[in-house]
Amino acid sequence: MSQIPHKEDSNDEVILSARHIAKSFGNVHALKTVNFDIHRGQVTTLFGENGAGKSTLMKILSGVLQPTSGEILLDGQPVNVTSTTEAQRLGISIIHQELSLAPNLSVRDNIFMGRELGGPTNIDYAEEERQTRLLMEELDEPIDPLTPVEDLRLGQQQIVEIARALSANSRILIMDEPTSALSASEVEVLFRVIRDLKSRGVSIVYISHHLEEALQITDHAVVLRDGVMTAYAQRKDIDLEWIVRNMVGEGFDLGSPPTGYRMGDVALSLREVSVADASVPDRSVVDRLSLDVRAGEIVCIYGLMGAGRTELLESVAGRIPLTGGSVVLEGHDVSSLSIAERIEQGLVLVPEDRQRDGLVQTMSVGENLSLASIGAFTQWLFTSRRREQDVVEASIGNVHIKTDGGGADIGSLSGGNQQKVVIGKMLATHPRVVLLDEPSRGIDIGAKAEVFRLLSEGARQGLAVVFSTSEVGECLSIAHRVVVMSRGRISAEFGADVTKEEIMAASGEAVVA
Amino acid sequence: MTNVSQAANGSQTRSSGGGFDLGRLLLEGRAFFALIAIIIIFSILSPVYFSANNFLTMSSHVAIFGLLSIGMLLVILTGGIDLSVGSTLGFAGVFAGFLMQGVSFEFFGVVVYPPVWAVVVLTCALGAFVGAINGVLIAYFKVPAFVATLGMLYVARGVALLMTDGLTYNNLGGSPELGNTGFDWLGFNRLFGVPVGVLILAAVAIAAMLALTRTPFGRWVYSTGGNARAAELSGVPVKRVQVTVYVLSGICAAIAGLVLSSQLTSAGPTAGTTYELTAIAGVVIGGAALTGGRGNVRGTLLGAFVIGFLSDGLVIIGVSSYWQTVFTGAVIVLAVLLNSIQYSGRKKKRPAPSDAQTSSSQQRTATWRTNTAVESPAEESASQPQQ
Repeated sequence: MSQIPHKEDSNDEVILSARHIAKSFGNVHALKTVNFDIHRGQVTTLFGENGAGKSTLMKILSGVLQPTSGEILLDGQPVNVTSTTEAQRLGISIIHQELSLAPNLSVRDNIFMGRELGGPTNIDYAEEERQTRLLMEELDEPIDPLTPVEDLRLGQQQIVEIARALSANSRILIMDEPTSALSASEVEVLFRVIRDLKSRGVSIVYISHHLEEALQITDHAVVLRDGVMTAYAQRKDIDLEWIVRNMVGEGFDLGSPPTGYRMGDVALSLREVSVADASVPDRSVVDRLSLDVRAGEIVCIYGLMGAGRTELLESVAGRIPLTGGSVVLEGHDVSSLSIAERIEQGLVLVPEDRQRDGLVQTMSVGENLSLASIGAFTQWLFTSRRREQDVVEASIGNVHIKTDGGGADIGSLSGGNQQKVVIGKMLATHPRVVLLDEPSRGIDIGAKAEVFRLLSEGARQGLAVVFSTSEVGECLSIAHRVVVMSRGRISAEFGADVTKEEIMAASGEAVVA
Repeated sequence: MTNVSQAANGSQTRSSGGGFDLGRLLLEGRAFFALIAIIIIFSILSPVYFSANNFLTMSSHVAIFGLLSIGMLLVILTGGIDLSVGSTLGFAGVFAGFLMQGVSFEFFGVVVYPPVWAVVVLTCALGAFVGAINGVLIAYFKVPAFVATLGMLYVARGVALLMTDGLTYNNLGGSPELGNTGFDWLGFNRLFGVPVGVLILAAVAIAAMLALTRTPFGRWVYSTGGNARAAELSGVPVKRVQVTVYVLSGICAAIAGLVLSSQLTSAGPTAGTTYELTAIAGVVIGGAALTGGRGNVRGTLLGAFVIGFLSDGLVIIGVSSYWQTVFTGAVIVLAVLLNSIQYSGRKKKRPAPSDAQTSSSQQRTATWRTNTAVESPAEESASQPQQ
């Protein structure tokens, strides 16, 4: 379990090593004794599924979190990374998935934000600008220091973040999913910058779900699974298959497609559905996509971040408007109906982000569960408490929510149980078609299996189920059909006998050159 | 307070966490205890404070703030704010006064004297109209509530001033020949010894309480304020709810305007200036969160009474009005401080997802498996295997 990476080459200098790092949140062990080395001037990539502990480890290295036990050695000396400021002083910077730039300020002001040059009363803008220009030249990106950041493309904004880290003399740069929102050409620019940084002795820790892409740039691969480092290897010794095998493991059985019943007619039919990009209206995030789902069928939509899965599901549920095409539910066009009307017709969505879109944190478990089906226990003007109680108790029983009862605070539940509340709330409306956007996000493997079992039970009773995921392993569980989305379109469709490699290849993970 | 609200929300099963916690009780019932303390302190300081008559007089002052506060509560529960209620109150009073003077249609050469009930209906409609403009701006045009209602604060006040040229209507009595007497019934008179204004407050409060706790609309209000995105995805007509609460707030302000001008037997265009702030204070003292989703009518009423009884008490014992302002401000800040203690305490109380929960969910999984094992053969025989 805690195999210590061995040094092979003598020029392979370890700049930072984490020894026996463990981190617990209450009784949840996010990391269990992880050993991890960062080599000078090389790229180390962390592989692992959601919840494997990658971000926890990175937060510890960058001072956001403190480890429960274990130590961090920088140049062989034990250091205490107590805060992000301390990390920055030690030369460790992190570039988050969501960039932390102030869009209203110029490139120059962003790079020197919080470390303005000059005296306490006046900023030395000229010097800042000169240094910014120099940095941009070094990075080979002709960005004018006075451009407001909001006018830059996302890839350029990322370069600005990198420049900021460099100007703070960072020796170790942690990049969390840096390519997830970039176009192929922007990825190339980023990789060129990374190679450039390597030659200057900057060490890089890289996290990405795009496995093939990461393989192009990395020198070392570290695989995490359930808080344990399961494998370490040098780039030359490994391939994609090795990573997937170590990431997923021999595996927890998430179930298999339910069989032994007859599927019904087409329940949901998407015809040439298009959705415009919210920020670039000319671009379509979902591009003339057609899909039929039968009653009793479970369809998995696999795709990388930015493939348009969320936009597709939200537009079908009525949250965002279609720019073309139609959504047909059991033969009736529901494209012009409101969310509430679609719920009434039997089309419901379990959103991706349960904290932001799924739960009302100020209401109890019971009130959350009954929120979508208030009509069922309303007589004339007033709600019936007795009948609401019935609805709530039935839901708690149906989706197996572990709670003190309907009156409990929603915050007292674990992530998995909260997710079951969101699912239970939508199932209480007796839908015909249920859409679930990443239903397994941020819940543990046991709860994940249970959610999937709920879905297959629903399908067995004639429910049409469409769920999206960014974890390949989940496609190979209960889905009768796997649809791979890439750049707003269906790039491939498979039956239940598909392999992980086929799915990954179709998703575009292998495409970027 | 919160215990009370939880019961009102139909969640009696919530466990208190065991043990009698005096600090928690005082914190959660703070508005109630504050009111008791105010009554006791002023009764000691002044012999005239503790009398039925004084309470009724003070209550009729509270009625104005109470009405505004209830409307404000609805808005704040959805996460909004309505700064225009004080101006709407003044505007409504002036509008009622204007109607009571008779509306002359010069073109036809007639003067119409609407009866009092029609004045009431028209004034409430005016309040609803003002609220509807606020609501539509906020819900559909995405104008921040603070800005939209701040604008309305000025516009409504300005229109009220324009209507009277800054003067006050003093003749609201009507005359029997014209059939428009009875305006004093709205607030000035007493019914069974109780000022009518207080009875109106009670009726509005009961209606609001029922609406919030026993109707789908109430649930929609709480969910919109708690998490509008989640509410929308659950089929709650969030935009309509937003417009409705501003309309109701406008109606409450119009009713308050009618009651106040009846109490004063005059309608001036500057009536109700800064009352919106008092109304917000009442809601906040009553334990509602300005971020929305938390609060109830009972607390808000208590909050209005705390403010009213405190300021009247200070008048009775002869404290200068400058000090009254200082005291009121201090009470508001203290209330918000206690609110944040209460709500942050609640967050800390949340236990992290524990292994105990995980293991028991796995136990449930196991039970579930046995269930399907029993069920599935039956299902398979019912429908021939096909897929």
